[in-house]
Amino acid sequence: MREVHVTVNGASAAAAIDPRMLLSDFLRDRLGLTGTHVGCEHGYCGSCTVLVDGASTRSCLTLAVQVDGKSVHTVESLAAHGAELHPIQQALKDCHGLQCGFCTPGLLMSVAELASNGSTCTRDEIREHLAGNTCRCTGYQHIVDAVEQVMRSLRSEAVDVS
Amino acid sequence: MIDSELIGDTANYQPITAEASTPAPRRGRDESMKPPKFAYHAPRSLTEALQTLAGVGDEAVLLAGGQSLLPLLNMRLASPAHVVDLGRVPGLDDIRVTNGHAEVGAMVTHRRMEVDPLIAHAVPLAQKAAGYVGFRAIRNRGTVGGSVAHADPAAEWPLVLLTLDGEVELTSANGSRTIRADDFFESVYSTAKRSDEVVTSVRFGTRFERNWGFWEFQRRTGDFATVAVAVACVAEDGSVTEARVGIAGAAEKPVRCTTAEEALLAGSTSAASEAAAAAQDAVDPYDDVHGSSSYRKRLVFAATKRAATQALGHHYGVLDHA
Repeated sequence: MREVHVTVNGASAAAAIDPRMLLSDFLRDRLGLTGTHVGCEHGYCGSCTVLVDGASTRSCLTLAVQVDGKSVHTVESLAAHGAELHPIQQALKDCHGLQCGFCTPGLLMSVAELASNGSTCTRDEIREHLAGNTCRCTGYQHIVDAVEQVMRSLRSEAVDVS
Repeated sequence: MIDSELIGDTANYQPITAEASTPAPRRGRDESMKPPKFAYHAPRSLTEALQTLAGVGDEAVLLAGGQSLLPLLNMRLASPAHVVDLGRVPGLDDIRVTNGHAEVGAMVTHRRMEVDPLIAHAVPLAQKAAGYVGFRAIRNRGTVGGSVAHADPAAEWPLVLLTLDGEVELTSANGSRTIRADDFFESVYSTAKRSDEVVTSVRFGTRFERNWGFWEFQRRTGDFATVAVAVACVAEDGSVTEARVGIAGAAEKPVRCTTAEEALLAGSTSAASEAAAAAQDAVDPYDDVHGSSSYRKRLVFAATKRAATQALGHHYGVLDHA
């Protein structure tokens, strides 16, 4: 067992874990943050994407011990339960950018990374950035619409994902 | 509800521990882990890492970014007794450009290669190739040294290193040695690195910074290359004086194609097509689910022609890489 101290969504979490525990399992099973979804479990589908020190990361391809001392943000950081949706979530809802919702948590965190510096992107750049987030429902058109909308609405204002 | 405690940087936020914040883990779930059991080592210095390897190297794997190792562990295709995590070893993430080489620390991420201004200036081919490595989230964590040590035959870094007269620096408790990329890559997932050694840096030749081309075919964005070709030339007074043609995805390791290089050196007006035909003739690719041998040969032709056209066109100012 090994002690890890991780800041998760701004709160510090400490736990003694088996070093082979994946970050995705640590978040879901130890911290109860089941918004991070586990799909393919080998880095392809993108459902488990979280931010580690602001950079999108596959939590299924990361050991929890690797993020010791780092800051992790999960989809739960975007909006509190019952509170107003985060602009990225609202845009996805407005544009019908989700259906079953399984891929959505990872997708949201990838978009959060893209939108975090307040830049705007072309549709091609958005597609390129989201290539690592597989969605089997939407056909992606509405997701790209949503990302365009959120980038327009935020313009130069940086998205607060911290 | 757990989320109300863990969410955001709220004003009334209270530090928590995992135990305090969490209801009982779901029964049985917490103990069933995907990776097999291993002893975990987290050295704080290179010296400490090398001492650990000197002891348990034969049964150990090195963990850099983990983007190749973790899938192997998750699927239990690898069951190392020891995992040595290089994540806390300082000094392995420098990028330096010195007399003819760009030296890149082993723990430099793919993403950094994509955005670093020194790389963009000194080895633009490497910058271009970096963007083809996996997805953004993979590039954020995966490392150049990890990819080189893993030696996937379709990976970008082994190909670029081979094409740019690259070298690999290997360090063990007994000292360092430098080995040419041609000699480093041996076969699929197989290199000249000994089990007590760490890839500490790689060096790319910088004299090809003006005349280069790169073309890769992926089934889907972010997949491994089905075929990728890198071309690098040195041109003086309108003629090509040095040429490198590297091909990945057509053999058990990236290969140079000397007949294609000779076609570029000959410098006819159809040099790119001649190099492409030579490359197609030279390779004998494997079949797999991503493409048959004959399909890969056609891809090698197309990729070589496009990469060579870029490399030569850039020289003549015809074609912009943007």
